[in-house]
Amino acid sequence: MSDLAIETTGLAKRFGTRFAVDGIDLAVPRGAVYGFLGPNGSGKTTTIRLLLGLLAPNAGKIRVLGDPIPQAAREVLPRVGALVEGPAFYPFLSGAANLARLDSANPHASAKDRRARIAAALERVGLGHVAEKKVRTYSLGMKQRLGIAAALLSPRDLLILDEPTNGLDPQGTREVRALVRSLAEDGTTVFVSSHLLAEVEQMCTHVGVMSQGKLVAQGDLETLRRLRRPRLVVETPDADHAAHVLSGLCLRDIRVETRGDRLRVVADADGTPTEEVCAALVHAGVRVRGIASDHGSLEDLFVALTGEGFEVAG
Amino acid sequence: MSTATTRPSGATRRIRGAHFSSVLGSELLTLFRRRRTIALLAVLAAVPVLIAVAVKLSSHQVNPGEGPAFLDRVTQNGLFVALTALAVCTPLFFPLATGVVAGDTIAGEANLGTLRYLLVAPVGRVRLLAAKFLAAVAFCAAATLVVALVGAAIGALLFPIGPVTLLSGATIHPLDALGREFLVAGYVTISLIGMAAIGLFISTLTEVPVGAMAAVVVLAIVSQVLGTIPQVAWMHPWLFSHEWLGFGDLLRDPIEWSSTIRNGLLQAGYVAVFGALAYGRFTTKDILA
Repeated sequence: MSDLAIETTGLAKRFGTRFAVDGIDLAVPRGAVYGFLGPNGSGKTTTIRLLLGLLAPNAGKIRVLGDPIPQAAREVLPRVGALVEGPAFYPFLSGAANLARLDSANPHASAKDRRARIAAALERVGLGHVAEKKVRTYSLGMKQRLGIAAALLSPRDLLILDEPTNGLDPQGTREVRALVRSLAEDGTTVFVSSHLLAEVEQMCTHVGVMSQGKLVAQGDLETLRRLRRPRLVVETPDADHAAHVLSGLCLRDIRVETRGDRLRVVADADGTPTEEVCAALVHAGVRVRGIASDHGSLEDLFVALTGEGFEVAG
Repeated sequence: MSTATTRPSGATRRIRGAHFSSVLGSELLTLFRRRRTIALLAVLAAVPVLIAVAVKLSSHQVNPGEGPAFLDRVTQNGLFVALTALAVCTPLFFPLATGVVAGDTIAGEANLGTLRYLLVAPVGRVRLLAAKFLAAVAFCAAATLVVALVGAAIGALLFPIGPVTLLSGATIHPLDALGREFLVAGYVTISLIGMAAIGLFISTLTEVPVGAMAAVVVLAIVSQVLGTIPQVAWMHPWLFSHEWLGFGDLLRDPIEWSSTIRNGLLQAGYVAVFGALAYGRFTTKDILA
């Protein structure tokens, strides 16, 4: 048995002449909570559709839970719960009836305990009280919860959740995060796509970053954090003067930032000891209010990797 | 891995059979719980009621051969209401209703987005296609049955019921006549099966159900129009509407089955061709909806 829950090699999907997914090698360890990050349009959803056998790849191989997709889809997919590009339900059926229809489509699901499993899944996402209401009357957030309930109908080894907190209020977002954590504690591998960095940082053990169809970084969160280059932050009213001094010390990537009414100068630390920089600044008469070296935020790293900010349409 | 590729054992086949009936059951439940389906059946049920009430209220005597088939016999025998209604519905109302349901099969699921969730459940594409087709055929049967039943009921309510003189001249008991009505309903159901297969195929081509529905209905009209043009007479036996009005042969004594057999073969041919096309298209389709 492979120790990877999801493994792709050279996976590619082309629409017309454009590669939506361009030769990616995903490696999602079993038991991981894998955050699949990338701006909108970077190929996350296409990748998820490929993993679930909804699309046929133009090149590359896919293994999910150790078996090839789409060949072994019949055996593998019953063990995979999925939320793909938002929830979709029959508006004219109740929440419970919608789940019953999906469950009866699953060849491994038993009809005997169907009602009990549906009730449990609805309770788990907080929809027990509206189980018999038509989905037509549900809010977007309720539909999103129902979609998560559908993914939890059977015991799963892998959950693939595409933007699971879309449309949820902050309370719902927190609940989803807690749910993902509790599922992971039970040993379920969770593959969760998101364009929200903070969300991924809070719940994931591993991260993959997509940009324009390519997987530009992948690894556990700590490894990725180490990728961030150390930087130096100087708080001073004499920003321009300080920047001049720093460039004299051969530091690169120097920029002046405004934080509220305060000015600060940020530069790549590049191994230069902070105390030396501080001494040089003071020597040059720069009024230093604070000086520190840090690693920047993950967001800075991802912007550097993807070349664009998150929540920006790609 | 090796277990997944070995031939299915008896137990596996039983499980697969159980799974298919569960998929089909869910399909039928979803179809017949839908308000649109009920509305379609209600509109069809209104046809015999309209015919019966119109004939009853009208002082105008319907002359033999006037109006739709069998209409001239309604006042003497209520059993003819259902037959008149089935004949009236065959060229337009039944094809419309069939077009709506068959055109919606795959395109409707794609449009709602539920298709992707059924496929990752995973329902199996062939299985879903088969269940969708059978459900559409079940709808056709329900549609003709509703017209026959409501026609029989309203006919019995408003007009005298008596022995029926058949097209061949023989007279049969009213109960036998009722049986013949259901035979005719069965004949009309068979007539619609080819259309259901065409609808299924068109439905795999698009994510816009209304487009698929319209295309199916247009084809039904085109087929009937072509059927009236003598210059393309060579084509007539191949049109799916060719035997649509052949149910009169079921009203002879003894029953003349040849048109039923021809119709059955014709419709089976359409099912084979368009079923294969739908299969080829749907099993290789990229699901982007």
